[in-house]
Amino acid sequence: MKTDLRKRFGRNSYRRAAAWLEQAVEGLFTFSGWISIVIVLLITVFLFKEGFGLFQAPTVEKGYVLCVNPSNKVERLDGAQIKRIFDYEITSWNEVGGDELEIRPFRFEEIFDYYSDEELGADYELLPEKLAEVIGGDESVVAFVPEQYLPQDRAGIKVVDTGHITPGDFFGGREWLPTSTPAARFGALPLILGTLWVSFFAILIALPLGMGVAIYMSELAGERMRKVLKPAIELLAGIPSVVYGFFGLVVIVPLVQRAFNLPVGETAFAGCLILAIMALPTIITVAEDAMRNTPRAMREASLSLGATQWQTIYRVVIPYASSGISAAIVLGIGRAVGETMAVLMVTGNAAVMPTSLFEPIRTIPATIAAELGEAPAGGAHYQSLFLLGCILFLITLVISVSAELISKKQRQVV
Amino acid sequence: MKKIVFSLCLLACSFGAANAQKIKGSDTVLPLSQKEAENYLKKHADAVVTVTGGGSGVGISALLEGTTDIAQASRRMKFDERNKLKAAGKTVKEVIVAYDALAVVVHPSNPVKQLTREQLEGIFTGKITNWKELGGKDLKIVPYSRETSSGTYEFFKSSVLKNRNYMSGIMSMPATGAIVQSVSQTPGAIGYIGLAYLSDEVQAVKVSYDQGVTFVAPSIAHAKDQTYPIVRPLYYYYEMQSEALVKPFVDYVLSAEGQKTVADLGYVTIK
Repeated sequence: MKTDLRKRFGRNSYRRAAAWLEQAVEGLFTFSGWISIVIVLLITVFLFKEGFGLFQAPTVEKGYVLCVNPSNKVERLDGAQIKRIFDYEITSWNEVGGDELEIRPFRFEEIFDYYSDEELGADYELLPEKLAEVIGGDESVVAFVPEQYLPQDRAGIKVVDTGHITPGDFFGGREWLPTSTPAARFGALPLILGTLWVSFFAILIALPLGMGVAIYMSELAGERMRKVLKPAIELLAGIPSVVYGFFGLVVIVPLVQRAFNLPVGETAFAGCLILAIMALPTIITVAEDAMRNTPRAMREASLSLGATQWQTIYRVVIPYASSGISAAIVLGIGRAVGETMAVLMVTGNAAVMPTSLFEPIRTIPATIAAELGEAPAGGAHYQSLFLLGCILFLITLVISVSAELISKKQRQVV
Repeated sequence: MKKIVFSLCLLACSFGAANAQKIKGSDTVLPLSQKEAENYLKKHADAVVTVTGGGSGVGISALLEGTTDIAQASRRMKFDERNKLKAAGKTVKEVIVAYDALAVVVHPSNPVKQLTREQLEGIFTGKITNWKELGGKDLKIVPYSRETSSGTYEFFKSSVLKNRNYMSGIMSMPATGAIVQSVSQTPGAIGYIGLAYLSDEVQAVKVSYDQGVTFVAPSIAHAKDQTYPIVRPLYYYYEMQSEALVKPFVDYVLSAEGQKTVADLGYVTIK
């Protein structure tokens, strides 16, 4: 009786301990699940908050203003006009609504060519006066100067209204010159289109190849062949993208250049080829899995009706696996859109509107990778890169949601 | 070995060594400072020098915050930075430790051997698009530039393009090595690289800054006698207050031995 009690008691405490442990583990998993959700949300909020800060940034570099002579009729200039004036492409004030007068762009540093340091004073206290002298003395000047050195009450000068960066400038702009002064140009359209352009054609190349290999592996290849092929293709997925990029730069770029007799080998086409190679393993494995999931009964039914093997493949297996194949395509596109290093090395990174496959292009991931390191934190350039990140995020979001929907459809069919 | 030396330095720093000094800034100057520090430490066992990169701007703002003793820079201090230092009550001394020359390179098969600054400006701003216009073959010009974040990009823009913007949609490469590779395999290519990167795979052109009166080939000798125009100084900046601390090292870099290291690394010496 006594021993029985002890035994029961002991077993109970063991049970209690086990239950407690179970609860603790459960709690831990729930906690880590919540933490990851919160972190993902925080990252997204941070991304968008930083990105949309761009639309509060002034067109002209922060802390600086554009000034003209008070007699000048021009009241406002937009970013494109400012850039073209300082590039000496607009040379007369009447092109921007002023008098028939040649424009003389003046950058702040030039003041040191006119006056010595002594004339400007030890702490540059005479600088505003001298600036007023330069700007006031020349009707044709447009000066790019720091706000803090404007003369008191802005006497003798006129500050031009330059406005802020607008969503139209960003999403519709065609010039990407993020470090140009006085007015940096953040036109993201060539980058967005470049990304989609190169991914689209990469998939166009990868799809027939990938489907071919998937069909061969799931339907035609023998067991031994498949045992060799499968790891080989998985190995292809494991190669770091820098290695692909280097291979592309040294091998594919000169090849493309010679094959098509182009002036330059770093083209969208070279990027497409590299991306196609990189997207292949994803497409092959997902599509092959979908095809192999076709029930044996269906194949046998088809064959017993007198269909040949090829007829079975394209009338039974492919239609059955179609949603899995669509998922493979979508995942392949996702891989291509987000790829950074390989594209950075082979596409030439020229921010032009894509019109042909044989011209250089620039993609969003390559732009972020190349520029974020040196962009001053919190500045307009930095914010514009975050906004590009947001766009990339939305593109991949759409892709993964559609992949999810497609594979859900597949499950329902099964 | 280098790593050990520097981690030892870090360690010693944290124990507050008597003459510890930190150098921070430009990645262009970084290899030079590292080598100089290494050689300097061999001779002065008790000295401690730590060198880190990050970019010219990073170095100068560290000087402002007092987290470095010497700021290394591949460009002159900007007016804004000078202003901020002044506002913080710091007087800064500027020392040129070496020069770095940029060479303009084309494909070895290109018959064009010399270009004026105006022609280069036309090429890189997109006004001149065919080698025919420069006396070469009927071939499209493919200009290669560095990425916007690079100091070399900024220097070439201010020196050669006179602050005009590069043509929109210029090819931009992530590293100097990539420019050499691309120029060597593209017949119509033109690009700019540091003198130390010159090799047989690419051909350097002579450059004229006086409307074509004299053309000068990029070389260390021509950079030194100041006939080659595309040369930028590399700077050390330090605070006057800490002069006693940093002077021995700066003097070593400027000495004959230090300048020999400068030449060994492919930079141009100051004398």
